[in-house]
Amino acid sequence: MSKYVVSSSPHLRDNVSTRSIMQDVCIAMLPACAAGVLFFGYRAAVILALSVAAAVLSEWFYCKAAHQKVSVGDFSAVVTGMLLAMNLPSTAPYWMPIIGSVIAILLCKMIFGGIGQNFINPALAARAILALSWATVMTSFAPAQFGNLAGVDAIASATPISGASKETFTLLQLFLGDCPGTIGETSKIALLIGAAYLLWKKVISWHIPAAFLGSFAVCYLLATGFDVNVTLYQLLSGGLILGAFFMATDYSSSPATNKGKIVFGLGCGLLLFVFRYCKKTPAEWCSYAILLMNVASPLIERVTGVKSFGEVKKNA
Amino acid sequence: MATTQAFSGGIHPHEIGNGKASTCAAPIVNAAAPAKVTIALSQHAGAPAKCCVKVGDTVNLGQVIGEAQGFISAPVHASVSGKVIAVTTCTVAAGRAVPAVVIENDYEDRWDESVRPCENVDALTPEEIVSIARNAGIVGLGGAAFPTFVKLDTSKLDPKPDTLVVNGAECEPYLTSDDRLMIESAAQIIDGIRIAMKATGVKLAKIGIEDNKPEAISALKAAATEGIEVVALPVMYPQGGEKMLIYALTGRKVPNGALPSAVKCVVLNVSTCAALSAAVREGKPLVERVVTFAGRVANPCNFRVRIGTNLMDLVDQAGGLTEGVRKLVIGGPMMGMSVPSLNLPITKNFGGFLAFGDEGLSDEESPCIRCGRCIRTCPMGLMPAKIDAMVRHDDYDGAIALGAMNCMECGACTYACPAKRQLTQSCRVAKAIARSKKS
Repeated sequence: MSKYVVSSSPHLRDNVSTRSIMQDVCIAMLPACAAGVLFFGYRAAVILALSVAAAVLSEWFYCKAAHQKVSVGDFSAVVTGMLLAMNLPSTAPYWMPIIGSVIAILLCKMIFGGIGQNFINPALAARAILALSWATVMTSFAPAQFGNLAGVDAIASATPISGASKETFTLLQLFLGDCPGTIGETSKIALLIGAAYLLWKKVISWHIPAAFLGSFAVCYLLATGFDVNVTLYQLLSGGLILGAFFMATDYSSSPATNKGKIVFGLGCGLLLFVFRYCKKTPAEWCSYAILLMNVASPLIERVTGVKSFGEVKKNA
Repeated sequence: MATTQAFSGGIHPHEIGNGKASTCAAPIVNAAAPAKVTIALSQHAGAPAKCCVKVGDTVNLGQVIGEAQGFISAPVHASVSGKVIAVTTCTVAAGRAVPAVVIENDYEDRWDESVRPCENVDALTPEEIVSIARNAGIVGLGGAAFPTFVKLDTSKLDPKPDTLVVNGAECEPYLTSDDRLMIESAAQIIDGIRIAMKATGVKLAKIGIEDNKPEAISALKAAATEGIEVVALPVMYPQGGEKMLIYALTGRKVPNGALPSAVKCVVLNVSTCAALSAAVREGKPLVERVVTFAGRVANPCNFRVRIGTNLMDLVDQAGGLTEGVRKLVIGGPMMGMSVPSLNLPITKNFGGFLAFGDEGLSDEESPCIRCGRCIRTCPMGLMPAKIDAMVRHDDYDGAIALGAMNCMECGACTYACPAKRQLTQSCRVAKAIARSKKS
């Protein structure tokens, strides 16, 4: 036996790993999580912690029960846990993130084969199930109060989009996160800082967010006769920014090709426009737009494909 | 500066420890000739050469010891003068056992009488140049070792080539042998290019060099004559891939499954051009080449070595291996082969020797996370993760339908994969199985 390892080339590997990517996503979500705690109080932190813990533990239990290699070290369960918590109101009872995470990990991720195999975004699917099961809880938001860590008791205050036609918040409030909403969706500036980090680290590419936000904005401009204020208000409301940068870009449930990503993003933007503009109901439609496109993702990937380098006309 | 066409995709493996730094500054050193050489008779693409000496024969330096057989083949020459002590087999880097001739060196370096300088190079006809290249056993020194005379013989091509693309990119990390040769032997390379231009009948030659080799670029620019352009290319692996280089220098894309001649190009490596000049001008057959020794060796360097020298000898001359060597790589780190032992003879396609520690070892594979990095890096525009999935389900036809045959095995996808999957290897498997089905 030789003491040297023989393997096929290449013999150099990039430093980027699944784990480093997932850790980068966690880092990118931290500003928005911090903003959530600052605006909604300690409950937000508890919900985040419970959600992450439940996600990691359920993946660990699943791996043990299925006699698989324990995969929690790749940090993807942490990402799912954080994302789910960011999609919950700070007033949610503490059992809710736990149930949500168990649903996300077991029902939406592990039984389909674990990381890379889930056809829908687990955090979003769990959010949708929670929203359908406990609609009142999921749409009761505390008002934002910056720096009040004790938080405010649940008051069913109107969110920016539930006010529908009537604008109740300034654009600056929306941008900073000084408005009711789920833990991680309100502070757009914090989300954009995280998104910039993801783009800089090349964890995500610009295709999906640009197509998503771009198509949504164009539709709204056209529908409102180029009312920039209303369009900006819509862009900064609800879960759109969180969805466009952190959820629609989920690798497993979006196309892997650049062309596919653009089609996927366009689809998300158009659906969300249709839902928000035509339905005018208080529900948050962003996650449903993404979930629907998740399901269409394999088809998009199949029809868009890639063009190989030498795919040129052959003299004929 | 001429504009260049950047291929889409590619990677920056130089960011992982710039291995070129250890060897790019020092001049090429002539390695000591060994006491005996083991010369493989199959060290080129095509049919093996047929042994034409027997044990006990005295041979001269540069004497033919293996005759070319068939059209795509190349003769093999003695790289030392001395006595044939065995006609046997040896294991080459690829792991195959091939016929070989072992010669004991008498250290006289007595050139064979067939080695004669050419009086009037300018008077040679294209046919004569092709014949000299063939008889001198010149093969592509970039790695594929394809017999050069086949490329130079454009008499049967239609349309005729119009551009000679010269590969000085040396995009593999760690390797600097071409870089040093361009700096030290610029005039010889330009001479070889002019000879190749004459043989192929092209009027324009373009030398592509990655712009991390400024000395080589200026040396060749200074030596270049009319009709020869030196083009600096951005550093991007695999810029030196044949199709990428042609695209960068001419804007032409070689169609899938076609050869460079389809876009009227002939591609030669800079070191092959230098060897061609030596063969035509001095009559010297290919008996030596430059090899980079880098990684965990005591004194990283570029050696000019006799074909047939044992690798162990040369590693000793480079001061031996240092601590922690876990992998031995022949060629570059991206496309080279790892071997189990140092007991190998140098062959014509031996581009470099790298001793790697942990950096050469890959982590355990984990599931594909569909991040799309392999798709973005693939210079051939393939979807390596999909091909990989097909191959792992034994669906080779599916892998071929996804274009696996177009894979040039550059390794960019495997390098970039965060799940550390052996994507390139899956493409190799698909290609090998498709070929075996065809034959």
